[in-house]
Amino acid sequence: MEAAINVALLVFLAGTAFSILRRTTLFSVVMLSGVFSLVSAALLVHLDAVDVAFTEAAVGAGVSTVLMLSTLALTSRHEAPSTRSRAIPLIVVFLTGLALVYGTLDMPRFGDPAAPIHQHVAPRYISATAQEIGMPNIVTAVLASYRGFDTLGEVTVIFTAGIGVLLLLAGTIREPATATKITAMDHHLVLRVVTKVLIGPILLFALYVQFHGDYGPGGGFQAGVIFAAAFIIYALVFGLETASRALPGRAVRVLLALGVLIYGGTGVVSFFFNKNYLDYSVLGATAQAGQHIGILLVEFGVGMTVAAVMVSTYYAFAGQNPPIGDEEW
Amino acid sequence: MIALIVDAASWTFLLLGAFLVLVGALGLVRMPDFYTRLHPAGITDSLGADFILTGLILQAGFSLVTVKLFLIGAFLFFTSPTSTHAIANAALVAGLKPRHATIPPRPAEKATQGEESR
Amino acid sequence: MVMDLKDALGLFNYWIVIVLMMTGLYIVVSRGNLVKKIVGLNIFQTSVFLLYISMGKVSGGTAPILTGKPEVFSNPLPHVLILTAIVVGVATTALGLALVVRIKNAYNSIEEDEIQNLDLAAENGVDEPEARQ
Repeated sequence: MEAAINVALLVFLAGTAFSILRRTTLFSVVMLSGVFSLVSAALLVHLDAVDVAFTEAAVGAGVSTVLMLSTLALTSRHEAPSTRSRAIPLIVVFLTGLALVYGTLDMPRFGDPAAPIHQHVAPRYISATAQEIGMPNIVTAVLASYRGFDTLGEVTVIFTAGIGVLLLLAGTIREPATATKITAMDHHLVLRVVTKVLIGPILLFALYVQFHGDYGPGGGFQAGVIFAAAFIIYALVFGLETASRALPGRAVRVLLALGVLIYGGTGVVSFFFNKNYLDYSVLGATAQAGQHIGILLVEFGVGMTVAAVMVSTYYAFAGQNPPIGDEEW
Repeated sequence: MIALIVDAASWTFLLLGAFLVLVGALGLVRMPDFYTRLHPAGITDSLGADFILTGLILQAGFSLVTVKLFLIGAFLFFTSPTSTHAIANAALVAGLKPRHATIPPRPAEKATQGEESR
Repeated sequence: MVMDLKDALGLFNYWIVIVLMMTGLYIVVSRGNLVKKIVGLNIFQTSVFLLYISMGKVSGGTAPILTGKPEVFSNPLPHVLILTAIVVGVATTALGLALVVRIKNAYNSIEEDEIQNLDLAAENGVDEPEARQ
């Protein structure tokens, strides 16, 4: 039964990828990529990766689609037919695919418990999490504590990408104060009412995911994206100027840096107690309590930076000249 | 005895929900016009998903999982019809006309306001 | 090299991952539209994520969250790696899309062939002021 679900979802993914290849209307390509992300999130749940599926659904089917649509609004809507020959890419791709399939023949079979990947570090993490860290979600424990250095690097990468987007697009952002007065969606009454009803629960859910990441699927990355989604939907329905008054661009940039500072700073605190960088055991009365506090702090920093990056990226895209009217769609 | 009834009810809801999702997918492919296609798509999201969630709630019994499922159902109940409405409204404002119907002309003061807003 | 159905089913995940990977690669290499290249890159990324998570799955296992009952867990280490990889992926996609917007501002086109022609014309001919905005 499980194999049937697996095969069905994978075949569906392959079909979606082929449709993306064939379509020339960029709008349908972007929508299909959202479908692709959502189906891969379903497949990830089936493969027991619930945290990963959560992130993929929020990021891939949510924020990524919004950013691509904003880009489409600023560029073009159709793909020009290609004049170059398709033979060489096809041959290259086919040969590479064959070589890779030949490589997979040696791999351990899907689901094999005796595969090398399950032998060295993973059993230690699974068995030691209960005593050393004391939280049920092993993925969060590994992410924030055992592999805390990796996560610090990733947060810095996200921060750098946010800075890069701001650098690239800052010169062409129209100032909210001097922009032409745009009445945002005056005739979309249903959307405005429902958005107002939903923004509160969305923000609450983001906080829940942030602080509940120790006990179930969740954590800083997912919470940051959901938090940003609330502000993005507010900006979409009520206009960028109104959203900038609720969460100004300057505040977002401060939050962007503050998240990384909190993460890095939590590691520096251990220096004052003669321990290694990012050794959380000094932060509390016992080593386990210290781990809890440390993981809470670093996840908070991660969530803050991720939310700020998503919001500032959306502000940068949406603030570009010229604003589009309804009739241009 | 009660457990049997609850189990049977949950199976009914799950099968009904699956059937509605299938009908929605079929309608999405077979309907001739954009607006007629939008209706089955809306069914998939709202009624189909909510029936499946009701079936799952009956399976879960009285636990925290039920509360979470109920909240998801409430959220879907709000957002799915709204998104269907948003798509239809966007198409109408952009000027896509239904194939066989005529749209009554808008009242005068709304016509000028609708053109300049986003 | 004869393979029975059980073996083939055990490798099916990886073969579909390779198909997706090659589709993404083909879109990046053969299509000229910049936005479509970025979508192809996303497909490539997602296929790599599926590869790692498929390798981490243990049959009969469950999500790696301790519940107090002793049970078999799927490997949490690939989950950690891919979690961060997904968010980094969207950050780099955002950066790529910002570059596309800037290219559109500069060249008034997002087709690779047209951009290359404009560049060559600006190089070979006298500096054409209307090729850039």
